[in-house]
Amino acid sequence: MLTTFLILLPLVGALVVASLPLPRTATAGLAFLVALMEVGLWIVAALQFDFDDGGLQLGTTREWVESLGISYSVGFYGFSLWLAGVTVVVSAAAIGYALWAGRDRPRAYHALLLFLSGAVVATFAAQDLLLFYVSFEAMLIPLYVLVGVWGGARRLAATLTLVVYTMVGSLLMLASVVAFGVSQGTFSLLESGTSDNPWIFLGFAVAFAIKAPLFPFHGWLPLAYREAPVEVSALLSAIVSKAAIYGFLRIALPKFPEPVDDLTVLILVLSAAGLVYGSLLAFRAPDLRGIVAYSSMAQMGLIMLGVFALNDLGLDGAVLQSVAHALVSASMFLLVGMVERRCGTGELDGLGGMARGRPLLATVLITAGVIALAVPGSATFAGEFLIMAGVYDEGWGYAAIVALGIVLAAMYTLRLISAVLHVRPGPAVRDEALDLRPGELALVLPLVACLLVLSAWPALVSQSSFPDDRPAQVIAEGFR
Amino acid sequence: MIDTPKVDWFALSPTLALLGASGVALMIAVLLPPWMRRGASAATAFLGFAVAAVLAGLVFAETRTPASLIAESMTRDRLAALAQVILAVTGGVVVLVSWAERRRAGHGEYYALLTAAGAGMVFFVGAENLMTLFLGLEWFSLCLYVLVAFDTDRAGSLEASLKYLIVGGFGSAVLLFGSALVYGATGEIGFSQIAGAAAGDDAFLLAGLAMILAGLAFKVSAAPFHMWTPDVYEGAPTSVTAFMSAATKTAAMVVAFRVLVTAFPEESEIWTIAVAVLACVSLAWGNLAALAQRDLKRLLAYSSISHAGFLLIAVAAGSERGLEALLFYLVPYSAMSVGSFAVVAARERELGRAVTLESLAGLGWERPLYGVAMWVFMLGFAGFPLTGGLFGKLFVFSAAYDAGDWWLVLVGVAATMISLAYYLNVVRWLYMRSGAELRLAPAGGSPPYDPALAVAVAASLVVTVGSFFAAQPILDLAADAASSLPF
Repeated sequence: MLTTFLILLPLVGALVVASLPLPRTATAGLAFLVALMEVGLWIVAALQFDFDDGGLQLGTTREWVESLGISYSVGFYGFSLWLAGVTVVVSAAAIGYALWAGRDRPRAYHALLLFLSGAVVATFAAQDLLLFYVSFEAMLIPLYVLVGVWGGARRLAATLTLVVYTMVGSLLMLASVVAFGVSQGTFSLLESGTSDNPWIFLGFAVAFAIKAPLFPFHGWLPLAYREAPVEVSALLSAIVSKAAIYGFLRIALPKFPEPVDDLTVLILVLSAAGLVYGSLLAFRAPDLRGIVAYSSMAQMGLIMLGVFALNDLGLDGAVLQSVAHALVSASMFLLVGMVERRCGTGELDGLGGMARGRPLLATVLITAGVIALAVPGSATFAGEFLIMAGVYDEGWGYAAIVALGIVLAAMYTLRLISAVLHVRPGPAVRDEALDLRPGELALVLPLVACLLVLSAWPALVSQSSFPDDRPAQVIAEGFR
Repeated sequence: MIDTPKVDWFALSPTLALLGASGVALMIAVLLPPWMRRGASAATAFLGFAVAAVLAGLVFAETRTPASLIAESMTRDRLAALAQVILAVTGGVVVLVSWAERRRAGHGEYYALLTAAGAGMVFFVGAENLMTLFLGLEWFSLCLYVLVAFDTDRAGSLEASLKYLIVGGFGSAVLLFGSALVYGATGEIGFSQIAGAAAGDDAFLLAGLAMILAGLAFKVSAAPFHMWTPDVYEGAPTSVTAFMSAATKTAAMVVAFRVLVTAFPEESEIWTIAVAVLACVSLAWGNLAALAQRDLKRLLAYSSISHAGFLLIAVAAGSERGLEALLFYLVPYSAMSVGSFAVVAARERELGRAVTLESLAGLGWERPLYGVAMWVFMLGFAGFPLTGGLFGKLFVFSAAYDAGDWWLVLVGVAATMISLAYYLNVVRWLYMRSGAELRLAPAGGSPPYDPALAVAVAASLVVTVGSFFAAQPILDLAADAASSLPF
């Protein structure tokens, strides 16, 4: 029941926020309150969750469409509970940022944000293929409007590419869902067996690759991340992309062992290419959002390397890195938004020298940045190290590319930090631009604090994600 | 003394209720003073559709096994009864949409024709031989020809009606000629008797089958027999368009399935391929042409052609599962069609001119109910989750996959991808452009107060979303109905 509450709370909250004619701040505050309640509910769920057991927990199953074997079936494994946890935390920060920033048409805006977070939680909880498809697809409905109505100047083009890319993937997935479900006689992930049909696998793989996005399916990323309101970009890169990782871990790998075997090398090569290419683009990007957006793409390539290493180290590392990256990219995007609000631009040419007289901004940005570039001792370092060790089994070349990726991450992150904080004050930086306000600090600090906790204790996530901490075996056995 | 056939009045009661309502509405048009005519005739029509829906529901509940009526010319089974329920509910909602149509006179006649058309369709879905098939088809078609031309002062209305009359008449003639060929080949007109008498590869029989299929394809507006659809949908009064897009398609699809399965089971290898080809052509043509439309009614017309394609995928499966999928699909599809045309009607009445994509600008923010409803209808047409459209597509695809037509699934998926472009474009105009930007102004100041239309839109919204969450109960009804055909 708790899982159902976790899904329903934001959805019901969205309805309430949309229909209550409250004034602007009250609406946003109500939405923020719902998001905080959701975090509280997740904490209750995590306390009830027995991480040593590691099987499906907090599960509920109800018949939905019996004739086809479709059920409303939800529940959590360790890794999906962590992904859901990072979802509710990041959503709360994003909704808080929207409250702080004061968006137009607040009822619709906050309702859609809540709806989005509910859909993402449902995706991570889904144990039925159709329910997974429904939640995966439902994410797009609010995203389309959030980017299209509240986005920047080129928002219409951004929504168009976003929707075309993701829907092409989703519909290929629908064909695969139908083919898999009908041939298995059930859509339940808990009951269905495996399939050796490479085409069905490809339908899923392409859908997830677009959502992540993985090279070469990233065409929608730059426009969407640049034009969306900054908290929506944060949600996109932090949690929506993780739905793809969940899809690979829960569906693509366990249900299609043979096609996965055949295509592992291809996917590893594409992921490695994405890691390097994304890092280079991030290093060349002329604006803050570009850097964070492309770095996000690079990180997704890295996580995919860990996933398709298909061994314990790589899979543990992928989950840890997913959680850490969600927190990093959410805090980076929110910080970018705060800088943009002060300077009116995110172009690097206009920025610089903001560290002087703004100690809080400088401290928080450097802390987040240092974790982003995977300095030894940080959560991201732990994740990347696990991935590197895991993928070494597949070939030393991949490990070398991961190492290269870490170096490149240091380069683009330091470039971002120095372009904002150091050098001489840019033309867009006015002397009156304030340091971080307490409200802003209250949004970013919890994210950074989560990262620091994870840095001190990465095993909290990495050793509690899969039953008995044997991810490769669990996935090979299809989570049975 | 001539033997009179035993008449099962109860089975015919939905048709009779609508005919009765039609007669009363006609009387109202003559006997009541003008100021009462609109209210009284609309109430009569609504009551007629409501009673017909209830009676059809009772027939559904009371009918366990199929039975023939009136010398085997009609059938009483759950398939017909379920289709009648869908048709009658659609008709009732259309009455609500029609209520505030600006019209100087002729209210009584309008509702009389609407209920008569509904009676024809309700009769049509129970047809069990080629004569009643043709009779039912002509019955509702003649009413629709007049309804399309009803607003004679509107430009395009007469033109649309003439096109519909000529093309529809041609379609009926083809159907009739096909029936004659089938009769010539088998000596039978009853569907099951044709199946029994059919002898292998008879060229007459096959030609007749092809012509019957073509005649019905005109009515469901499947490409390449769709040429009339955009013009007629555009020119007809919007409430009539709503009725045609939902009810005509429902009736003709159900009858097409029944004819093909009961009369031509031996030829199923041939007609499944023919129907699959029709489905592909409709999907391709409807979706591609819809991309280029600016006028919303034309856009929805092409969208309805593409949906004929989806429905035909279910027919091409030719299985019990296909019929279940078809019947399920018709429920959210009818709701979305009527609902979206109702929103168009609302905007049309507000602006006092034809609704293009541009004139939707800002509607989403100005009228929250209509905006959200239109948004949901568009997502539903595109098969998004949280609408019954998703399950409609899912069931149709799984029926096709089950029948071995996996390539039809791929065609359907590709068509859906294309369709997103124009469905989401509507949403874009609703929410992402403002009316002020485009200087739209209501024709007569504030928008007309129209609670009946709002109720119609809300009801369509409830059905569209409800058929997602309550898919199983609807599917159960569809399964009950589907079991009445011999598979």
